[in-house]
Amino acid sequence: MRGAPAVSAYLPILVLGLVSFGFAVFSVVAGALTGPKRYNRARLAAYECGIEPTPQPAGGGRFPVKYYLTAMLFIVFDIEIVFLYPWAVTFDRLALFGLIEMVLFIATVLVAYAYVWRRGGLEWDN
Amino acid sequence: MGVQLPFPTPQIEYSLLLPVLVILGAAVVSVLIEAVAAESLRRTLQPLLAFGSLAIALAGCVGLWDQRQVVAQGALVVDGPTVILQGTLLILAVLGALLMMESRVDPAGDPFAARASTIPGSADERGFGARRQTEVWPLFLFAVGGMLMFPAANDLLTAFIALEVFSLPLYLLTGMARRRRLLSQEAALKYFVLGAFSSAVFLFGSALIYAATGSLDFAGIADAVSADPTSGLLLSAGVALLLAGMLFKVGAAPFHQWSPDVYQGAPTALTAFMSAATKVAAFGALLRVMFVALGGAAWDWQPAVAVIAGLSMLVGAITAVVQSDIKRVLAYSSVAHAGFILTGVLAASPKGLSGSLVYLVAYGFVTLAAFGLLTVVRSPAGEATDVQQWAGLAKKSPVTASVFSLLLLTMAGLPLTSGFTAKFAAWSAAWGGWQTGVVVIGAVSSTIAAAFYLRIIVSMWFSEGDDAVVVALPGLGTRTVVGVGVASAVVFGVAPQLLLGLVDGVGVFLR
Repeated sequence: MRGAPAVSAYLPILVLGLVSFGFAVFSVVAGALTGPKRYNRARLAAYECGIEPTPQPAGGGRFPVKYYLTAMLFIVFDIEIVFLYPWAVTFDRLALFGLIEMVLFIATVLVAYAYVWRRGGLEWDN
Repeated sequence: MGVQLPFPTPQIEYSLLLPVLVILGAAVVSVLIEAVAAESLRRTLQPLLAFGSLAIALAGCVGLWDQRQVVAQGALVVDGPTVILQGTLLILAVLGALLMMESRVDPAGDPFAARASTIPGSADERGFGARRQTEVWPLFLFAVGGMLMFPAANDLLTAFIALEVFSLPLYLLTGMARRRRLLSQEAALKYFVLGAFSSAVFLFGSALIYAATGSLDFAGIADAVSADPTSGLLLSAGVALLLAGMLFKVGAAPFHQWSPDVYQGAPTALTAFMSAATKVAAFGALLRVMFVALGGAAWDWQPAVAVIAGLSMLVGAITAVVQSDIKRVLAYSSVAHAGFILTGVLAASPKGLSGSLVYLVAYGFVTLAAFGLLTVVRSPAGEATDVQQWAGLAKKSPVTASVFSLLLLTMAGLPLTSGFTAKFAAWSAAWGGWQTGVVVIGAVSSTIAAAFYLRIIVSMWFSEGDDAVVVALPGLGTRTVVGVGVASAVVFGVAPQLLLGLVDGVGVFLR
């Protein structure tokens, strides 16, 4: 059977899909069956998702952008880490070239950080 | 630890990437200046940095003239077309920056809102009043850097990144007009939403092409295409989506819907740069994709491109006739020009490449100058962009009216102007490639286009004007921009061999 290894290579993905689906179904069903049901105002609030979309002030108004700033800041550092990992694994083989490129990359990311810091992006109550 | 595979150290040819690296590096420094320097210092430092880096990049670009090399591990190509496109983009960027510096025509200051995030008409906005912002400079430099990369990109992923690097700053800059804030913000939103959508379409097309050919770099795609010329459904769908994404950026019909609104709403100084430079960058990339990666499948994409070229020319010319805002007239005329340039692309031959390049160079300078000139004709509310307000301009300022007439006639393709040289180069290539039908449509639509150019000229010279409209005396920057536009229109028209010889010298795309 020459076809067998090709099939088994994809089997874990299928299993992973089934497990994820099973977990999702289990969570929803178990939550509905076992959770306490107390209805109050807090249940309708946006859960750690930033601003309340309604009611809007007249003319659209202004709304705070701090949540979006947090998200963007997260991406800045997240992307940095994503590139640092593969470098950490191969940095001995990338030698001096890799070191120079990574220093340049980190410096660039730090510029973004400096900009956010100086422009008050790290101050929550502002 | 697993098996250690042989791992060659990557090579980056820094010297060959000099123009791109200098501009992107300057953009990063520019962000740093925004972060640490005081406002008064920023106002001096930022333009200095922009012009300095553009000058160094331009010098570097000239030094690359004879280079023909695939660089940065196959991500970018430095060849003749790259160098001439990058050179054109850098000169256009210098001119665009001069327009951005202009602070004499508007009594309130430069063309940009003091703080774009304030609500139009609010007390908050009035509080910032005559202050100036300098954040346009890093955004501008990032846009230029992305544009330099786009026509040099040698694989679809690099192309996509370059596309985003120059598109995102342009979305923001569009929303920063000092006057008519609501229109400007609306334009920015429309541009962003449609632009993001078209980027997604571009990416989807890339994914399908990868699925069909197993490669993202242009040479690999070309090999897969020529190995199996009877292209499958997957490849055709991928090419169609990729084309749609790129044709959006060049503003060809039916993907042009955004351009009149964006051109109208954006600060005119930026519209000038954007309309010229985006077209150069996007057509450069489109040419490379079509000629290098998909050259073997030219028979498949030519009919589609022919239809789009014809449609762009007709839609652009006919719709421009009924516009009442002069910025929208120029926007629709740029849709028609996109069609004219596509005629050169359609030829799928070295002659088509040089014809398109000639058109891009000629069109870029003239369009930039035409938009630059729009800023000087003003009413108390700001720029007078209604066609009616331009009536009788010749009595107020014969120079402005003459120059604008010349620029319009150049766009119409009058002989002895660079517009004629450009149209001749693009159409003779298409004619030689047996695309006669498209050339005929081109001739018809340029006749229609000539009608509305002439309508504006007649109204400027032979009508009575509105006394509230005045012609402001621009600073040296705007005058330089208009001067360069006029000079290019005349010189490349009277002595077309200068431009044709320059472009013929660059050769073809390197594979």
